[in-house]
Amino acid sequence: MALPQKKQEATEARLAAAERPAGAAWADAARDAALARVRGMGLPAARDEYWKFTRPDTLVQAEVSAASPHDESDEAPVFGAFDRLKIVFVDGVFDPDASDDLSLEGITIERLSDAAQADIHWTKDLYGVLETAGQAPVPRPLAALNTALATDGVIIHATGRASKPVNLIYRHQSETSDAILHHVIKLDEGAELTVLENGPAAARFNNVMEVDVADNASFQHVRTQGRDHERRAATHLFARLGRESRFKSFTMTANGVMTRNECVIELTGDDAVAHVAGAAMGDGDFHHDDTVFITHDAERCESRQVFKKVLRNGATGVFQGKILVKEGAQKTDGYQISQSLLLDDDSQFLAKPELEIYADDVACSHGSTSGAIDEEALFYLRSRGVPKPTATDLLTLAFLAEAVEEVEDPDLRDEIVGRLEGWLGRRRG
Amino acid sequence: MLEIKNLHVDLEDEEKTILKGVDLSLEAGKVHAIMGPNGSGKSTLSYVLSGRDGYEVTEGSATLEGADILDMEPEERAAAGLFLAFQYPVEIPGVGNMTFMRTALNAQRTARGQEEMSAADFLKLVREKAATLKMSNDMLKRPVNVGFSGGEKKRNEILQMAVLEPKLCILDETDSGLDVDAMKLVSDGVNALRDAGRSFLVITHYQRLLDHIKPDVVHIMVDGRIVKSGGPDLALEVEKNGYADIMAEVA
Repeated sequence: MALPQKKQEATEARLAAAERPAGAAWADAARDAALARVRGMGLPAARDEYWKFTRPDTLVQAEVSAASPHDESDEAPVFGAFDRLKIVFVDGVFDPDASDDLSLEGITIERLSDAAQADIHWTKDLYGVLETAGQAPVPRPLAALNTALATDGVIIHATGRASKPVNLIYRHQSETSDAILHHVIKLDEGAELTVLENGPAAARFNNVMEVDVADNASFQHVRTQGRDHERRAATHLFARLGRESRFKSFTMTANGVMTRNECVIELTGDDAVAHVAGAAMGDGDFHHDDTVFITHDAERCESRQVFKKVLRNGATGVFQGKILVKEGAQKTDGYQISQSLLLDDDSQFLAKPELEIYADDVACSHGSTSGAIDEEALFYLRSRGVPKPTATDLLTLAFLAEAVEEVEDPDLRDEIVGRLEGWLGRRRG
Repeated sequence: MLEIKNLHVDLEDEEKTILKGVDLSLEAGKVHAIMGPNGSGKSTLSYVLSGRDGYEVTEGSATLEGADILDMEPEERAAAGLFLAFQYPVEIPGVGNMTFMRTALNAQRTARGQEEMSAADFLKLVREKAATLKMSNDMLKRPVNVGFSGGEKKRNEILQMAVLEPKLCILDETDSGLDVDAMKLVSDGVNALRDAGRSFLVITHYQRLLDHIKPDVVHIMVDGRIVKSGGPDLALEVEKNGYADIMAEVA
């Protein structure tokens, strides 16, 4: 079916402003196929059902809306206290001086820009593959656009237990940068890896991470998107999970006029576990969208979605979460909760929780709530001498706690809690 | 310590007058009890003094050591030395009891221009006070009042009082929901805090709490006013004859 003319024009305008990177034959083929997918779907437009609550225009248009970088020198670097392997991108460009050597026991790390030049590379079987699989039943054109245009990213192959976390650090310096990064992560049977991501990346950031988790492997992902308010981001996390594998992803977001985080997970092996969680807080023209799609296609798998948002001064939070249980995915345990804490009457939370179940022996539950701060609790704290702003922060942290609890590693969890406390104290307005 | 003069208070939402001219003078080091039938305004008095929303003072004043407290925010009243032990302590999921108490103590100290207490000193202080109230480590670690029994919640109130060391303690029906043993523990906790510089306003329905916490003065509140004041014997009289005689007497 032909695209509506307006959508087609917008899509072509965007593609005309970009250059498809050239590489080895397999990479060119993957990128051309992605371009064809983009042209087939068309880029998101305001009237698309999947973009009902979030305006895609600034993420789609050829021109990047200017965004001045945020000065983060008033706090220690996120994850700075951890022994980790740093890989730094500045406005989407790899920074070798700021990065560590790309070598780590238990894994191999390459850059996409190198791998894409190799005539034969294992990445060919994954690059854009999970993205393509994630295009049905709902199209995700910005992810296909990423596969077509991404200039760089990391390619990680975990064969064993990584000796320390890999930290992707995204720095934003240029007011008009338009960064597109694509990461491919493959965990072999029994492998274990933690990937940390932090930083605003660019004025506009399109990020895709494809994660293939083999049987019994374990992947942990902790991400912070913090404090740089003017930047815009569309991110996609695609994961495929094998038998008895584990996948855990947590994202903390503070500020940002436009953030759309999509997470698409397919549980393909029995007894796999996938948890995805987020804690977000923002003021004013903050707009934050979590869109999650989890497919159960094997028996006895567990999935959990826990999303919490704190909204103030007219901020908007969006949650679209779906659990799809395919025929035969018996004994599925699916849980989904999305909640907002509205600190005033001007802020709004828009939620669309969905369950679609084709198996008859499953336990799935979902819930979504919006509420104000508990006045009884607030008075109780104040009556003990806690000033109102501090009391509000304490109750805000308490509200976010269920999402933060999803960070399994206690040290990383402490880092997140500490950041939340600091960011609450320094928030805008 | 506490001077209440001709205090008139309306319920904001219902335009209903609850307190109709309360006068009370509580000296430092003294324990005053307020008794009275349901709906007489006892709890309203405690809420108005501690600064809860929903009440409008239409006339009169209340001062703590000469400072007008009615104009203060609840946290300012706490820093000035006022403490209300709640009739129904609030459960706060997600906020640890220790974090809560330490935040409160240090906020008060900061407001008074004192240095914050170190984590080590605080821990020592809380452990010591908790032990006398027979509160377990687990109760200190749990979120504020979450999963606490009625008696445990009241003990937690007294623990906070012991840690914060207020000048004026208002106990709002602290005896409600307590069995005999818990009543003894709570009363012992309160009595341990009795001091020449600290005053107590004990609000209760029943005389039995006053067997444990011996008052200097007993006030009877009826329909928003203190209608009779006397010594501890007044509480015994109420226990024996109910409020009917007193109400008839003042009518």
